[in-house]
Amino acid sequence: MKHKFTPIILLIFAILIASCAPQPAPGEVRTLTVMTHDSFAISEDVITLFEDEHEVRVQFVRSGDTGTALNQAILTKANPLADVFFGLDNTFLTRALAEDLFIPYDSPLLAHIPDEFKLDPSNHALPVDYGDVCINYDKAYFSVNNLPVPASLEELTDPQYAGLLATQNPATSSPGLAFLMATIAHFGEGGYLEYWTALKQNGLVVVSNWETAYYTNFSGSTGQGPQPMVVSYGSSPAAEVIFAETELDQAPTGSIIGPDTCFRQIEFVGILRNAANPDLAGDFIDFMLSVPFQEDIPLQMFVFPVNQDARLPEAFLEHVEIPPQPASLAPELIDANREAWIDAWLETVLN
Amino acid sequence: MDRCLVGDRIELSALFSTMQRWFKQPTWRALLLWVMPVVFLAYFFYQPLLALFNLVLTGRSAAISPAWGFDLGALNLNRIWRPLSFTIGQAALSTLLTLIIGLPGAWLFARFIFPGKKALKILTTLPFILPTVVVAAGFNALLGPRGWVNLGLMALFDLPSPPIQFLNTFGAILVAHVFYNTTIIIRVVSNAWAQQNIRLRHAAQVLGASPWRTFREVTLPLLKPSILAGTFLVFLFNFTSFGVVLMLGGPQFATLEVEIYVQALHLLNLPLASILAILQLLCTLLITLGHNRVSGLGDVIVSPPAHTLDARKPRKGWERLVVIVLIITLFTLLVAPLASLALRSFVKLEPTRGERGDFQRGLTLQFYRELGVNRRGDLFFVPPIAAARNSFIFALITIGITLSLGLLVAYALGQRTVINKFLDPLLMLPLGASAITLGLGFIIVFNRPPFSTLRFPILIPIAHSLVALPFIVRTLAPALGDIPQSLRNAARVLGASPFKVWREVDLPLLTPALLVSTIFALTISLGEFGASTFLVRPEYPTMPVAIFRYISQPGALNYGQALAMSTILMLACALGIFIIERLQSPGKDLF
Repeated sequence: MKHKFTPIILLIFAILIASCAPQPAPGEVRTLTVMTHDSFAISEDVITLFEDEHEVRVQFVRSGDTGTALNQAILTKANPLADVFFGLDNTFLTRALAEDLFIPYDSPLLAHIPDEFKLDPSNHALPVDYGDVCINYDKAYFSVNNLPVPASLEELTDPQYAGLLATQNPATSSPGLAFLMATIAHFGEGGYLEYWTALKQNGLVVVSNWETAYYTNFSGSTGQGPQPMVVSYGSSPAAEVIFAETELDQAPTGSIIGPDTCFRQIEFVGILRNAANPDLAGDFIDFMLSVPFQEDIPLQMFVFPVNQDARLPEAFLEHVEIPPQPASLAPELIDANREAWIDAWLETVLN
Repeated sequence: MDRCLVGDRIELSALFSTMQRWFKQPTWRALLLWVMPVVFLAYFFYQPLLALFNLVLTGRSAAISPAWGFDLGALNLNRIWRPLSFTIGQAALSTLLTLIIGLPGAWLFARFIFPGKKALKILTTLPFILPTVVVAAGFNALLGPRGWVNLGLMALFDLPSPPIQFLNTFGAILVAHVFYNTTIIIRVVSNAWAQQNIRLRHAAQVLGASPWRTFREVTLPLLKPSILAGTFLVFLFNFTSFGVVLMLGGPQFATLEVEIYVQALHLLNLPLASILAILQLLCTLLITLGHNRVSGLGDVIVSPPAHTLDARKPRKGWERLVVIVLIITLFTLLVAPLASLALRSFVKLEPTRGERGDFQRGLTLQFYRELGVNRRGDLFFVPPIAAARNSFIFALITIGITLSLGLLVAYALGQRTVINKFLDPLLMLPLGASAITLGLGFIIVFNRPPFSTLRFPILIPIAHSLVALPFIVRTLAPALGDIPQSLRNAARVLGASPFKVWREVDLPLLTPALLVSTIFALTISLGEFGASTFLVRPEYPTMPVAIFRYISQPGALNYGQALAMSTILMLACALGIFIIERLQSPGKDLF
């Protein structure tokens, strides 16, 4: 008879264990809560610096991709889940400001940040980092086949590059949307659809998400797909070196950094309205903009610090080129037209 | 004073007997059994969803700015009609194909003994738990442009380009759905098949029926409830398919769930996303009602399963052939993609210096070693053991919640009463709920104690339970219906207490179905379905969360680690199923 109850006893035991699972220890230490997206990463040591100095505990709530996190912030704005929201980018900036999510904060560290990044002059949203969505190419493919690497958006429609480029659907992927916007910035609202028609006729490959494009379609990744060019990030070549299976002295891939071939994404932070600890939130934003945090950003999130005093790590200096002329569009323009642009793109490229 | 006490006692016993009389009526009994499950669903499912729809669609709340106001009149109906028709079409076709593979599979597992049967049955369950990102990688490693199959064919026939175009086709969606869901049919139907009373079949044979006629008129009608239940679950899973359509089907295809995702998270159009989510719920309701009508839910099936058919070795020549063909089919379709994925996690591609065109393949454990190293001092580093522990704790809680609630519901459905017709579909709706809307609803409702999404991880297994409960109920209810009332009556006549009747009659006969239920709860929870991804906190990372973290970054090491973690997830799940199935053997002597 004994055995019949074993599973039940096991189950009760398991539930007991589960209920004793690690719970945040209640203490007098204040907790600062930071809401962000899943790609957020930072070194433990750096956060400890802040925690020790201000005698607080920093809790991070990572809530899906940027769109998911922003939706959550908007839906809970009357009773915010956090004090600070980080990870808003320039494509969603206008919407977040229209929703009045943040209170303004004039951080003294803004003095160290170039004006080109300060897209919100009222300082509700403060720039923290920037990165570029660029076309990556497989160096070996181009050298083996004696092909010149295309240097501009126009050259991609050249028949010698037929079937060599993979990109993402802008409706389901943010790098895909960024690349679409680069073409809009370059060819204007009147000309971009014509360009995409030409790309399509030249054998453009479209997939749904970055993971598929990079690991299944791109020949420069470990997936060894069929296309030697893919829409990815400007910093991906550095990541290929840092996360290589065996040490590499040279990145296997490169980024095409012609005029408007890359789209600039800037990420912002803000203090949520009705936050429980607005004072601490301000301190934390100062900390995010200060050199220790800013210098930790590249190797953790593979984007660039906005603070000009922050030095870049060696791997970045060696393997990442910053496009001299990245494409950009006014946030208000993006917000007003995003859906129409995507719809028109779907009509042109997929149907 | 004495009189008073006596009076109380009389009143109490009167009350007691009234309650007893009530409880003898099926409706009251059913209501009592329904209380807990209904409270659970109302609190954790209907409350968050309604809160979201209310907030987003009524415009009464200040949370939504006027810019978000929703004009139903300006709605482009194509936005709804196109994904809806595609969703229904692909779900129907995928379900049909799943049945074509799954039913013979169920027959194989119910009727035959063959070497490696247990292992194959566990392996066919594993697809169910894998995140789509990884399954896409598995299919790519097998059928992609540089997959084993295409490379082999190119080498064999000296072809210049890969002959098989699999990814980004409608076929890929169908194959992936079969890959994911065949296990549902196998588990649900083979369980019922093995439980069938052999005497009925013998009776038919003695009366001169041919094997085909016996199958058609005895076996099949008896299997009908489980086949319908399995079909229903598979159809709903295909109906709300998201990752498969997005990642394997490619950008030309969009189901309702994909459209909801695009609207909510990329266009920030929550009102339209909500409308689509409501439409998806309505469809789920219709499908459930249709299923219940066809299956005649609540019909009492009397087939004493006291003499079940034992599985045996395949005998005749053709029987052996069919069994071998079936095993090979299941292996190719369900196991090969998994195997290619696991294999890839041990393979290292070493570029010859300077020439990335040439690769040397070598075996490596590097990806596994690297899982335990926090090279960059990342605050959110997930040690694999911690991820596995969290995943299993959540799975055990899910099993606890769903088995207890599932049993209550299964008994309630056994009562002949009209209220089941209303309550059962409400229970099934979580299967058709869009994960995104439910997740956002959770965030709105549970952002203060006692259930704070920030600090209370119990919401994760609760979200898993919402999805697992329909599976548990659809597994337990037919099994319960198969227990003849006469057995219970006999036990009662012999003087057994109600509890003893349950323990000695119901429990042993339910054990196989309970084990299948446990496996469903385990796999659904380990696979981290839908809404719970909204609730995951860095403090409680699970295995699927760790996989996502690796595969969303460039670099061979990240890719390798994602595959290594997936392989660990598969192994952990296989071990879990193995242990659960071991529990069955001691129970066997009860039959």
